[in-house]
Amino acid sequence: METFDLLMQGFSTAATPINLLYAFIGVLLGTAVGVLPGIGPAMAVALLLPVTYSLEPTSAFIMFAGIYYGGMYGGSTTSILLNTPGESSTVITAIEGHKMAKSGRAAQALATAAIGSFVAGTIGTALLVACAPVVVDFAVSLGDPSYLAIIVLALIAVTAVLGGSKLRGFSALGIGLAIGLVGADPVTGQQRLIFGQPLLVDGLDIVVVAVAIFAVGEALWIAAHLRRKPMQTIPVGRPWMGKQDWKRSWKPWLRGTAYGFPFGALPAGGAEIPTFLSYVTEKKLSKHPEEFGHGAIEGVAGPEAANNASAAGTLTPLLALGLPTNATAAVMLAAFIQFGIQPGPLLFDSEPQLVWALIASLFIGNTLLLLINLPLAPVWAKLLQLPRPYLYAGILFFATLGAYAVNLQAFDLVILLLLGLLGFAMRRYGMPVLPLVIGLILGPRAEESLRTTLQLSAGDISGLWSEPVAVVVYIIVALVLLAPLALKIIRKRRPESVLLGNVPQTPDETAATDDDGGVANGYANGDNDSDHDKEHDKDTGSALPEHAGSSGGDPAEPAGRHRSDKIQNERERS
Amino acid sequence: MNKLVSRLKGRSELGLAALLGAFGVIVILDAMSLNVPYSQTDPVGPKTLPYIVGALLLVCAVLLAINVLRGGHGEAEGGEDVDLTHPTDWRTVVPLLGAFVLNIALIDTVGWVISGTLLFWGSVWALGSRRYIRDAVISVVMAVGTFYGFYLGLGIKLPAGLLEGVL
Repeated sequence: METFDLLMQGFSTAATPINLLYAFIGVLLGTAVGVLPGIGPAMAVALLLPVTYSLEPTSAFIMFAGIYYGGMYGGSTTSILLNTPGESSTVITAIEGHKMAKSGRAAQALATAAIGSFVAGTIGTALLVACAPVVVDFAVSLGDPSYLAIIVLALIAVTAVLGGSKLRGFSALGIGLAIGLVGADPVTGQQRLIFGQPLLVDGLDIVVVAVAIFAVGEALWIAAHLRRKPMQTIPVGRPWMGKQDWKRSWKPWLRGTAYGFPFGALPAGGAEIPTFLSYVTEKKLSKHPEEFGHGAIEGVAGPEAANNASAAGTLTPLLALGLPTNATAAVMLAAFIQFGIQPGPLLFDSEPQLVWALIASLFIGNTLLLLINLPLAPVWAKLLQLPRPYLYAGILFFATLGAYAVNLQAFDLVILLLLGLLGFAMRRYGMPVLPLVIGLILGPRAEESLRTTLQLSAGDISGLWSEPVAVVVYIIVALVLLAPLALKIIRKRRPESVLLGNVPQTPDETAATDDDGGVANGYANGDNDSDHDKEHDKDTGSALPEHAGSSGGDPAEPAGRHRSDKIQNERERS
Repeated sequence: MNKLVSRLKGRSELGLAALLGAFGVIVILDAMSLNVPYSQTDPVGPKTLPYIVGALLLVCAVLLAINVLRGGHGEAEGGEDVDLTHPTDWRTVVPLLGAFVLNIALIDTVGWVISGTLLFWGSVWALGSRRYIRDAVISVVMAVGTFYGFYLGLGIKLPAGLLEGVL
């Protein structure tokens, strides 16, 4: 019951007028950035970091939490009305959601998405309340060797499991770790990688790096490939659902929640895999399988719930262990560091007021989101008409302003530009940015744990595996690294391209990967699924609409369908 | 020679591999230049992690180069407003970078209101808007608005520069 009391105290902090105001601003901004193309919750929080310096940390985090949850709601609106999912987590929603919208059922699609998000977000947050203290109790008993092992697992899992090419993921991780090295070494004071620049002694400001990679890199990349033709938005009235829709939606909501939360809480879970699994499950269990591919409401309800539950799940490792598992969580962790709050298992003890107010605000924000999303969906859809030059110029403008405001020195803007160009190049060459940011944030903490560990063991390297938990975690790390490799070697006898972490290159090869993607087990499955989703994300522009109508019985169908689009795209290009 | 050129064509990703390799070398050289006596209380020392990171970068650079030479390529990232069917539009990107660099050069001397106006107006122009008057008005409003917003709301005094005394 102690937890309950703490939560109630959290509510009393979060429900003060000023914090309610920040929660409201957060959900409004969150929905807006979710709807707007080219800007997501991670970028929004990064851009707001400099502005929130002077705020109470509690208020700032209440606002960030609103942005995080709001982005999920807004993202589904775009995928349903426009068929262009902004976040990879709403890719699956677009498949059935856009079909529903096209056949005149946009209102019902939006309604099941919003209500499902609310149900899943509320249950997910309740699970967070139940799980986080347990995880904390376990985590505080761990010593540095185990903590180091868990950080290593988080780094490897984010890099190896998510994304298309492991090689490119590890390259990004290396760059992130290298950026994290810049500055004076905390133990000896030795200056690393500062090239004689006194301004670099304190290290690169995490805010500047986050803004550069997420905002400047993204804006430049979009500017280089800006879609000149306006996209067709489906007009929509006020969302509502009939009795039949409710009947068909509530079970997928619950099942989606059950998928989403655990995957979100895993070190490399993310929202892509559970939304895909939820889609496949609903398709199998549906009483109307023939509607899938033509706008089945279950195909919107399930993945949308999974998506929001995973957002709640992600907060468990973030708050209980200080481990971010997606981009927004990474930026929020940077915010903790910015405010001088030490993230990690002790957070619940050292900052109970902040943590519980944050969790309480999630319940409040989720309710606010339902209230502003259901009646106002048509208004939000209007945001899509914002002229693109203003949108992307605005992102650059606020990125510059924010990075400059941190220290009021033009030198930071040079760093912003250089890292922005790096972010541009990474997007151009398919190098994921998440491992970079996670490496940057977790690298210094891994080093600290490593040094404490070996200090305790007096330099004996066996100190690294001196705790049973550490041994178990290293075994999991080995499995994450080796299992997909081993499975692929056995299946395809194409070891060389696997070793290189290769993305399949020819249409034939990709098709072959698809066939066994849907039914495999363990990490290999997760790996393949996330590949699908990422692929989806890649060229959704012209991909889904034309082909989404074809139907088939294969669970990996959306991906397979998509591959054919890819082939077609490639033909058009050549 | 021609053979080499044809092999390198369309393999600009090799530049990225070279960059990774350069990062790796820099990280390792920098770590080697550190001069730390062995310490009982810190057996790991400040050099260990840079060596690990440098090695990781070098290995990735080599593997990436091999991968690209064998025909592998990273997939460009898609997005809502991204149309990958046309090549990189340098006529948008270069002026955009120009506006950005101009702001860096000017912000400390002429102040945020002027440099920010130029930044926004230049970016909007680079991105293809041609409604000069409306764009200019919005640019000025944005720059002045953020100047006072930061000053009054956050207590951050952005440089006033040439307009010192006016604002």
